[in-house]
Amino acid sequence: MTQLKDKAPLGKVIVITSGKGGVGKTTSAAAIAAALAKRDFKTVVIDFDVGLRNLDMIMGCERRVVFDFINVIQGEARLKQALIRDKRLDTLWILPTSQTRDKDALTKEGVEKVLNELKEQFDYIICDSPAGIERGAQLAMYFADEAVVVTNPEVSSVRDSDRVLGLLASKTKRAEDEGAEVKAQVLVTRLDQRRIDAGEMMTIDDVLEILAVPLLGVIPESTAVLRASNVGMPIVLDEPSAASRGYEAAVARLLGEEVDTQTERDKKPGFFSRLFGAPA
Amino acid sequence: MSLFGFSFRPRRAKSAKTAKDRLQILLAHERSDGSAGPDYLPLLQADILAVIRKYMEIKEDEVDIQMERNDDVSSLEINIEIPSPGPDKSVASTPLRKRAGLG
Ligand SMILES: Nc1ncnc2c1ncn2[C@@H]1O[C@H](COP(=O)(O)OP(=O)(O)OP(=O)(O)O)[C@@H](O)[C@H]1O
Ligand SMILES: [Mg+2]
Repeated sequence: MTQLKDKAPLGKVIVITSGKGGVGKTTSAAAIAAALAKRDFKTVVIDFDVGLRNLDMIMGCERRVVFDFINVIQGEARLKQALIRDKRLDTLWILPTSQTRDKDALTKEGVEKVLNELKEQFDYIICDSPAGIERGAQLAMYFADEAVVVTNPEVSSVRDSDRVLGLLASKTKRAEDEGAEVKAQVLVTRLDQRRIDAGEMMTIDDVLEILAVPLLGVIPESTAVLRASNVGMPIVLDEPSAASRGYEAAVARLLGEEVDTQTERDKKPGFFSRLFGAPA
Repeated sequence: MSLFGFSFRPRRAKSAKTAKDRLQILLAHERSDGSAGPDYLPLLQADILAVIRKYMEIKEDEVDIQMERNDDVSSLEINIEIPSPGPDKSVASTPLRKRAGLG
């Protein structure tokens, strides 16, 4: 059974977003949710990509979907019925989305209602945003307390991330109601050190200089990611790899821990340690 | 599975095969569900509840529906908690089986 803490659940909403498609949002949402659940936080990961359901495959529960997020929003099923419990971690749950409907099935009121209900039960609510900056992506970020902006060290991805950071600062409930910003941090994924060394890919320093937000973590390009997706295993639950260590370190920083940069890279410790400031 | 019964990189071969198998099962269901869509489930649930309510009082919260899709058969399991007059609650289990490919 879930180890429910005596105190009230944290109820923190974190959106995984990017603007550009295919940069690693779903991979990251699954990994971050699983890493939080491994640390005994009761965690749910929600698929906001209506019509292009993929989180269920990455989490390996695609055969068990009965009801989804949209059914709950439209009152056709209870939240309890749509939540799928992970078979590996009893602190981890997934709320799949609909494969047959479109983004218009999401309403701001419906999303808020579901998130409020989830906040009463879960410590972390991880929202896997669709690509783009349209309705689906805006609803995924609207109620967030924090944001992880997934970026590849590549011009169009960085440009889109900048656009998304602008939206996070203006088009979210926090920004509108309290004038407080959603805390945004950048997660650089698919980093290819050989191409950086060859001068073909921007460095993390370059990306951070342009985006001017804190760095949550760096995930190297890794064959382990494809393997994990083949078998439906969030990367941090599969065999240890450079990518899984990257996600574990990112989640430690998300929780405000100071991370020994040695854990994510065996080489060049000095190179990484200067990129991460002390956690706020 | 390897053509030769062995492989130099068994792990990798295995994960690609797993990916293909998972997709084939999933897509067979998604395609056959077609126009009926997975959306028949809310209606099915409502109908089943209505029938059972003719005979006893149950709450919507006490219905649990589980699905497991496999390559030949899928199982849909509906568990309804029935309040019993005694101190213990009895649970009626109604596993419905449907053949894959029928939508
Ligand atoms: N660190 C990595 N190393 C290698 N491949 C990766 C890595 N991260 C993600 N990928 C691969 O990149 C592809 C896109 O990943 P993913 O689906 O997570 O992106 P996404 O941002 O969610 O995409 P979309 O915008 O379509 O929702 C996948 O094939 C995934 O396996
Ligand atoms: Mg995605």
